[in-house]
Amino acid sequence: MARGQMSFILVQVIVGGLLLGAVYALFSSGLTLVWGMMNIVNFAHGDFVMLGMYAAFVVFTLFGVGPLAGVPFATLLLALLGVVVYFALIRDIMKGPMLAQILGTFGLALLLRYSVFWWFGANFLSLPQDIVGGTFAFLGLRIEASRLLAGVVALFVTLGLHLLLTRTSLGSKMLAVAEDATAAQLMGIRPDTMQAIAWAIAAGATGLAGALIATFFYIVPTVGETLGIVAFVTVSLGGFGSVPGALIAGLLIGVIESLSAYLIGDVYKDIVVYVLFLSFLWFRPQGLMGKT
Amino acid sequence: MQFKQLLGLVCAAAIAIGLTGRALAEDKVIKIGAIFPMTGNAASAGVHAKAALEVAEDIINNAHPELGDLPLAKNAGLAGLGGAKVQVIFADNQGSPATGQNQALRLITEEKVVALTGAYQSGITLTASAIAEKYGIPFVNGESVAANLTERGFKWFFRTTPIATDIVKVYYDFLADMKAQGIKADSIALVHDNTEYGTSVANTIAAGFKEKGLNPLDIAYVSNATDLQSQVLQLKEKKPDVVIMISYTSDAILFAKTMQAQDYKPPMLLCDDSGYSDPSFIKSVGKISQGVLNRSSWSVGPPGSPTAIIADMYRKKSGDEMDDTAGREMQGFFVLVDAIDRAGSTDPAKIQAALRATDLKPNQLMMGYKGVKFDEKGQNILASAVIIQLQDGENYVPVWPKANAAKAPVLPYKGW
Repeated sequence: MARGQMSFILVQVIVGGLLLGAVYALFSSGLTLVWGMMNIVNFAHGDFVMLGMYAAFVVFTLFGVGPLAGVPFATLLLALLGVVVYFALIRDIMKGPMLAQILGTFGLALLLRYSVFWWFGANFLSLPQDIVGGTFAFLGLRIEASRLLAGVVALFVTLGLHLLLTRTSLGSKMLAVAEDATAAQLMGIRPDTMQAIAWAIAAGATGLAGALIATFFYIVPTVGETLGIVAFVTVSLGGFGSVPGALIAGLLIGVIESLSAYLIGDVYKDIVVYVLFLSFLWFRPQGLMGKT
Repeated sequence: MQFKQLLGLVCAAAIAIGLTGRALAEDKVIKIGAIFPMTGNAASAGVHAKAALEVAEDIINNAHPELGDLPLAKNAGLAGLGGAKVQVIFADNQGSPATGQNQALRLITEEKVVALTGAYQSGITLTASAIAEKYGIPFVNGESVAANLTERGFKWFFRTTPIATDIVKVYYDFLADMKAQGIKADSIALVHDNTEYGTSVANTIAAGFKEKGLNPLDIAYVSNATDLQSQVLQLKEKKPDVVIMISYTSDAILFAKTMQAQDYKPPMLLCDDSGYSDPSFIKSVGKISQGVLNRSSWSVGPPGSPTAIIADMYRKKSGDEMDDTAGREMQGFFVLVDAIDRAGSTDPAKIQAALRATDLKPNQLMMGYKGVKFDEKGQNILASAVIIQLQDGENYVPVWPKANAAKAPVLPYKGW
């Protein structure tokens, strides 16, 4: 009996880890696009997630509607912000030294974080628990509908981005610009337009992730700090620029975190995750699915 | 050219007036430094602390005869210093012990504050007060509960709040009383984060309970977690009678959400202030945390009473209800300024002596302490707390001990 219950809880831990991992993958896909393709480390990435969360919250408080309206709104808003950020900031700092890129996006992160802080205040906010249908039992496992929705969307977003990059002419053009902007320009591709589109897609995907995460997580101006670091680990483990890699890496990190927190204690889970991460990079520095 | 010269003259005049004005005002203004997390993940606590101290500033600097026996309220300014006004200089600790320490240094050396208060997180109070000790500047803390803060042999550190050892006693007596009423409270789980606050309170509770023959299960987690499912499942598996939670706001909210998702309700959920007293905890997840027990030294009191008036002023200032943490911070600040007033001087040694001689009675306090009187370690020996419960998911009511209770405790934990 006790043993049966133990292994049952273990299954619950793994399922929870997979759902958590899907969420990690979801909010990392935008980062892998700009980091992998343009070689820009966007330190404001976590704060893009945060803006997506607030967008969903505002839609809910103003119109009383859930993710059905909040998610598209957050996606469009952030996509727009992505374009603005590209033309106002990224285009110029890309020409500068690495340090300018780091400080530029870090400054953007602070600007976004404390604008929200100033407007919404420091209080923790939260959407109602049952906004996506609460929690249901499946074969005795308890699954949050909101997390399941986020997980399913993560799969679709990954598939969509992967197909876009590998099967469409827009994707080929974006990859061409990523590889050699000058050569691409000689072929009649406008690097500026392509990169602006890449930023719109990346920021839009991040806003979408934020709006979905808001359905089961608390909302606070500094939440991007809590979530941001995971995105960086996920992207480097998955392989820079590889969208499917980010999905697999996200799931892997989610399960490892949950299992090690349950089996050996939460305070040691980061040790397990980062030891695996570092030893993996030792043998395969390009990440799971990155190109050599 | 002429215009530029004129502009120069005007500027010079403005600076001169500004300087003399400042010099005149400085004679009557007493600067006190306050270090709180104004940004970072605990910013909601810092914002509430700032509102609380601003209300205290108003009470001290203006005449408030309606506040009864509360020292410093009756007349405007400090009578002991010829009606001088106090000015709080706020500094942001950013949730980091190193920053808190730097800010203490800046407030002392550059702002020339006469005393310090803060810094909310025990781990930051630890580093900031070490600087005050080095410079011989009084540091009065109203809210940090880690026991070791007053075990360092410091001469300039004073603390008004009940601390971990007092809390153990409150919890233990409460549980013993519940047991006497036939409620099962034999197995206990201690869930805490890995910060200075979380570990030290958990260790003190564990040690205190072990002395009484109880052996609590220890579940630690990293603060600001992205996921707490494993901890909740561990609890679900071990089935303790009582879960004691020691968490800041972010994790307290995530725990509440995760417990509902996993359909886990401990028979008794007893929480340690901080996160569970934050108004945004109640607003976010109060409705799914009905029946949470918490400790507190704050009670609004009947309409028209000094505490009710203070609560009203605070609500107007911050937009939120007064909570225990903000109240303890305010009380600590009042004790500090009362000592400065009695010292009749801004000389640190005189303030220190006045703090040592502090002997405030319950009617002179806004918090429900039995008084304020410091031992040689700087700890208030008359601090006390009661158990409160979030019965309706919106407002805490005192439920224990019986003498202070507005309602009887409702068990088992209802949740949602």
